[in-house]
Amino acid sequence: MVVRTGDDQTGAQAVPVVELLGASKSFGALKALDHVDLRIAAGECLGLVGHNGAGKSTLVNLITGLFAPTEGQVRYAGAANHLEAGIRAISQEGTLCPNLTVLENLSVVQRDLTGLGWRRRAADRIRSALDVIFPGHRIRSDSLVIDLTLAEQQMVEIAIGFADGLRPARLVVLDEPTSSLDASIAAQLLAHIRRFCAEGGAVIFISHMMGEIFDTASRIVVMRDGRLIAERPAGQFTRQGLVDAMGHVTESDVQPSPAALARALGDKSQAILRTPEGIEARKGEIVGLAGLAGHGQAEALARFYLSQSSDWHGAARPAAAFVAGDRKRDGLMPIWSIRRNLTLAALDTLTRWGLIDTAKEAAIGAEWQRRIGIRTPDMGNPILSLSGGNQQKVLFARALATTAGVIVMDDPMRGVDIGTKTEVYDMIRHEAARGRTFLWYSTEMDEIRNCDRVFVFRNGTISAELEGDRISEENILAASFQFDEDAA
Amino acid sequence: MRSVSPRLVLPVLSLTVLIAAVFWLQPRAMSYVGINLLFNLAVPIALATVAQMIIIMVNDIDLSMGAFVSLIACITAAILPTDPALGIAMLVGCVLVYAALGALIEIRQLPAIVVTLGMSFVWSGAAVLILPSPGGTAPVWLTAIMKAKPPFVPVAIIASVLIATVAHLIVMRSSFGVKLRALGGNARAVSRSGRSTVLLRASAYGLAGIFAMLAGMALVGLTTSGDANIALRYTLLSIAGVILGGGEFTGGRVSPVGAVIGALTLTLAGSFLSFLRLSPDWQIGAQGAILILVLAARLVVRQAEKRS
Repeated sequence: MVVRTGDDQTGAQAVPVVELLGASKSFGALKALDHVDLRIAAGECLGLVGHNGAGKSTLVNLITGLFAPTEGQVRYAGAANHLEAGIRAISQEGTLCPNLTVLENLSVVQRDLTGLGWRRRAADRIRSALDVIFPGHRIRSDSLVIDLTLAEQQMVEIAIGFADGLRPARLVVLDEPTSSLDASIAAQLLAHIRRFCAEGGAVIFISHMMGEIFDTASRIVVMRDGRLIAERPAGQFTRQGLVDAMGHVTESDVQPSPAALARALGDKSQAILRTPEGIEARKGEIVGLAGLAGHGQAEALARFYLSQSSDWHGAARPAAAFVAGDRKRDGLMPIWSIRRNLTLAALDTLTRWGLIDTAKEAAIGAEWQRRIGIRTPDMGNPILSLSGGNQQKVLFARALATTAGVIVMDDPMRGVDIGTKTEVYDMIRHEAARGRTFLWYSTEMDEIRNCDRVFVFRNGTISAELEGDRISEENILAASFQFDEDAA
Repeated sequence: MRSVSPRLVLPVLSLTVLIAAVFWLQPRAMSYVGINLLFNLAVPIALATVAQMIIIMVNDIDLSMGAFVSLIACITAAILPTDPALGIAMLVGCVLVYAALGALIEIRQLPAIVVTLGMSFVWSGAAVLILPSPGGTAPVWLTAIMKAKPPFVPVAIIASVLIATVAHLIVMRSSFGVKLRALGGNARAVSRSGRSTVLLRASAYGLAGIFAMLAGMALVGLTTSGDANIALRYTLLSIAGVILGGGEFTGGRVSPVGAVIGALTLTLAGSFLSFLRLSPDWQIGAQGAILILVLAARLVVRQAEKRS
């Protein structure tokens, strides 16, 4: 449903709240945003959609002044910066301080809440914002945020975004604002967004719930690979059109995954593992976990892995091995040598009389250096002397050097160059052919294509199970986003 | 306003139990002079505990508290009486260095535990340079304040209430204090709102420096002389006081009133053990046992809260 018609005309003439002119943003070699032109006018609600890594967050961070563009410009009409322009953002990461009360949180954001009587003024502002957006809410302005439910915290965050202040809100960016809200509260928010825009405010709305986007947005912008791919009034998009726009249309010819063709996996009843979420895998199968980032994939993997290992003792023959995606946090021992990092998981098989058999350790190190191609003159060098891609190879080798039958991978190719990726894909296929099972969470579409079977996650549960030919970008996108049947 | 925070229930309870036990063992302590004697030494400890609390509130920890308070005591005893201008300048300088440390820790993202541990040697060294052997004299006005005998209520109690009130107003009620606590609660939210985290952390350290300075001066007012090692045990006492008072090491969840109560409890625990005629050899261990007992009780209460 479209709220206002002919909005694109008035939108083009009205003064833009913010305007991006050829804005680009690079992080090292990665171009997160590529020459984007976008103007957001007062009174419009812009729906922003795209898959993982499409550049939505980068775009928002440029608009909210968190990053400066590496190229191009971000211009705020009649204001020097985003604060003066009245741009507010509600991000997914949470911007509340849990140790403060609701009204104190408002004063962290709003600069003019100082001096005598600031508590009363803060309480008035936040209470009236909550009353307007969520009538019937039962949030006290002097409650500690940590004592509120998740939904109430999200409501407070939204209310802070819309609350009156020294400079009124002119553009509010809402990134998945309804993720913790139930349907009736979400409906109150959507109604408020429409009201806010009708009164001349602007909103950027990011959601995986397509129904919400169609309900509120006057214009929809689709992003892919850091570019704006399509930009149309909401009424001119259909469900199919959106999915097509988000995907890579040129690669739509689906071929069955080569991994599946290479070996016979047997029928589905032969699953060697089943998790409470419903993930299943057969021996030698490469199983992908797809969907938008943060929808429960990493948690499902962690639960499975922890259920397979013990808190109390290591196992010489572990049932599962883990490949970390966040190398710094979950993977590397930063001051150890490459060899020690590599043999860590297999240590129990290398131990004799409680001491490590260094000859055996060196042999394993040399074997995996050859097999997976770790580029270093000496495996005794510190791990940090390697490039990121080679560090990741070491973590792969660490898991593969064990006898574990199941390898759990938590988006391991994040920030790895394409050459390394290809080598590791080959290695994974090779190991799968030898009977190893892989559970592979990935945020990248071309990796998911390497899988025999894919489970798509949405809101912490599996929304689709795809196999063989049905593993396509289109099907994964369709299952990642929630389409209400009546929306399109 | 909400009623008394649940965070304060346990600290108040442990202090009450301890006071009751002391009065039961030694009924003569239940007098103007007795109470003043019991709580006299708690005043500088309470000030140091509030200082430590402000550091813990921004997710750091200060291992130099004892050495810093000792240095202030040396300056107050050795320089302030003879050369007030120089003495005041040095005190102000010390507070400014504290604030600068906060800025350094934030700018370079250094672990506060390392920086303050290193600084503790600097403070100790400076203290020895100023006062190589115990001595000096307290300024007359300082002794007069600390040893005043107001009617009805002993000065130790008045001072404790005053410290708790001032700290509560600054940390819990003022918008400045809210911003400092926000830094401990969610530093990213603070920097996203366009505020300078460097300035905020420096202010937190500066504010802590002021309270620590007052602690050193109050200590000299009581002992009437200085010593480079006079307050070394304040580092651990202040940390224990914050935790006893219901504060937590991370997340900016602290209570100034609780911190003062924690300091009083720790001081009283020492007297209680003396009244029990426990050999001094065992006192430190017993003090530790009391601390563990209170913390264990807190854990049990927390878990019960969580389950309900």
